[in-house]
Amino acid sequence: MANVHDVPKDTFRLSMLLYDTRYRSLTIQVVIFMLFMAGIAWLIDNTVDNLRALGKDPVFDYSFLGNRAGYDISQRLIEYTNDSTHARAMLVGLLNTLLVSVLGCIAATILGVFAGVLRLSKSWIVARLMTVYVEVTRNVPLLLWILLVYAVFTEAMPAPNAFRPNAEGVAGASMILGDSVAITNRYTAIPNPMYVRDLGTISLGIVHISVNFLVLVAIIAGSIWANRRILAHAAAVQEATGVRPTTWWKSLLTLFGPVVAFLWFMGFHLEYPELKGFNFAGGINVTNSLMALWLALTLYTAAFIAEIVRAGIQAISKGQTEAAFALGLRPGRTMSLVILPQALRVIIPPLISQYLNLTKNSSLAIAVGYLDLRGTLGGITLNQTGRELEAILLMAGIYLTISLIISGAMNVYNKSVKLKER
Amino acid sequence: MKKSVFLGTLSAAALSAGIASAATLDDVKARGELNCGVTTGLTGFAVPDANGNWTGFDVAVCRAVAAAVLGDPAKVKFVPTTGQTRFTALASGEVDMLARNTTWTFSRDTDLKFDFVGVNYYDGQGFMVRKDLGVSSAKELAGATICIQTGTTTELNLADYFKANNMEYQPVAIETNAEGEQQYLAGACDAYTTDASGLAATRAAFADPENHIILPEIISKEPLGPLVRHGDNEWGDIVMWTLNALVAAEEYGITSANLEEQAANSPNPEVKRLLGSSEDDLGAMIKLDKEWAKRAIAASGNYGEIFAATIGESTPIGLARGLNAQWTQGGLLYSPPFR
Repeated sequence: MANVHDVPKDTFRLSMLLYDTRYRSLTIQVVIFMLFMAGIAWLIDNTVDNLRALGKDPVFDYSFLGNRAGYDISQRLIEYTNDSTHARAMLVGLLNTLLVSVLGCIAATILGVFAGVLRLSKSWIVARLMTVYVEVTRNVPLLLWILLVYAVFTEAMPAPNAFRPNAEGVAGASMILGDSVAITNRYTAIPNPMYVRDLGTISLGIVHISVNFLVLVAIIAGSIWANRRILAHAAAVQEATGVRPTTWWKSLLTLFGPVVAFLWFMGFHLEYPELKGFNFAGGINVTNSLMALWLALTLYTAAFIAEIVRAGIQAISKGQTEAAFALGLRPGRTMSLVILPQALRVIIPPLISQYLNLTKNSSLAIAVGYLDLRGTLGGITLNQTGRELEAILLMAGIYLTISLIISGAMNVYNKSVKLKER
Repeated sequence: MKKSVFLGTLSAAALSAGIASAATLDDVKARGELNCGVTTGLTGFAVPDANGNWTGFDVAVCRAVAAAVLGDPAKVKFVPTTGQTRFTALASGEVDMLARNTTWTFSRDTDLKFDFVGVNYYDGQGFMVRKDLGVSSAKELAGATICIQTGTTTELNLADYFKANNMEYQPVAIETNAEGEQQYLAGACDAYTTDASGLAATRAAFADPENHIILPEIISKEPLGPLVRHGDNEWGDIVMWTLNALVAAEEYGITSANLEEQAANSPNPEVKRLLGSSEDDLGAMIKLDKEWAKRAIAASGNYGEIFAATIGESTPIGLARGLNAQWTQGGLLYSPPFR
């Protein structure tokens, strides 16, 4: 195509798109982008074609989620029977995924921080022990850890009927912690918290939440808020007068007083598990698959967190420790008041990745038959309904959403602890 | 250059995948090998021996089809599949057929877009428990922990059965039969449930089979049979009639031993038609040669021979023919006529 502009200064010729460095990069980007889009279009077209060739409807139809699921799930946080829908089974699975992820993140953080700090211990044996823990744990695949812990539970623990006294009145196994917890090769039976008085439940469309539980959470939140006010007031008095008023008994009273009073009023008690028929009843049976998954995820992720914590601590200059010591702070307080707060800004970003890893790794639950999102939606539902593509895409979408939420929340926290430059 | 080669390969792969599902017969012939989906290992039904050779009741169906189509019962690639992966494997074209104790149900035949070509074992779901548990009926299993393979019909039957009988239970989801066996033996579940034939086969592999009993209740109908993808009727016909040939062969007394003699001298014209020694060319009607059925029967014998050799009463599994006897013997096996 001929050039139509004749003003020499602003001449633009098509060839300039290729030979003029001002435009070349733009040309390349446009071409690459078009190729990329063509690639995606081809993939989608290919999928639809192949689905059609297999005789499947290429239109994504999620109506199967409304059908009766028909299967049972042993570990569940909300009401579910085999008459419930696939969507509800998916929700049960999602909650199971979140349960093990949250428990795992909390436990891994605590264990990881301890291991990381202890690895820097001056005691040779403690430091070496932690090195061994970290290196052994993180260098063996997670799946093997899950299977190992699960095997320990199922093979080494006694069966529930071993707890039953035989003819001589002697049982093969006994419960621990004052006859309140029974670890069996199927589940760990723990006491069930119960109330004599019940405030009823609130129905949130699909989930029913106990009002007792909500009130308890509200009271705890209120106590923590009140305690912070007391501490802030003490700090203000200290600023003004130089003397810090004693707060420990006020804190104890605000933190525990209302909770204890509420529990007493509601008639809180524990229902202990008892052997009935084949299994323990009365308490809460935490399945071994959940225990194994939780422990393995915790041990594995904690090893990585330990290394992140160690790196964070070592990133703080030695001068900070020496300055704290010079002020007369004991080593423990130096760590908690001076080093860790500064180390956090190095620790948080990689810690986010570890939380994300742990959440996504929880999909290995399938190895031990823990019915998480992968087990319900991506396992049984997928199999019984035959909607592979729909189920997998939905599952990927849900995992993506969970990960983005974790990442977002942690980034907010990161903003609050990172170095503030003035 | 590299990129174009890559894209070319991709599109070629996509094209061939598209064609594969259209004409399985041509695909199998071109490949010179039958991809047959079997279990990951169930004694008597499909299990590899120390040398990696698969043997068993379901395996024999694969071998018969390979013999009919490719002329050699050894030209089979066995693809182990779990309860969860089997349908995806078949739908995606990874395997040409499934012979994997799979229950024929309405939704699998229609909604999942498969075609069941027949029944090679009439089964029902049962329960296995330890003798010392003191349970003699499935009705006494209230509150029990039960191991169950996920992605199976048994999972749904179990839920229905306990619901119908107003009993509670705790399911333990497992992926393969081997895993179920291990969990059951470790005592992680009180009972193991699957098809009664599978229970017998599993028990036969125990070190102490005498300490385990299979409860008398059969809680479901489980017609197990080979299946193919929906839409390729030509291929479905071949698998269906190969299975029918094995059944008919038993009915007419054709065994792997007297095969040649029957082909040459049988007074029954149907036997001659089946074995390809008469004027009629049945093979051409399903795009195979005249002696396809003869080779299928020669592969591991007729239905009765296969049954006796793999899961019958003389084997450790010790299953009686029961419903799986010929219709002439009071069973349900009934092949349509070869005409």
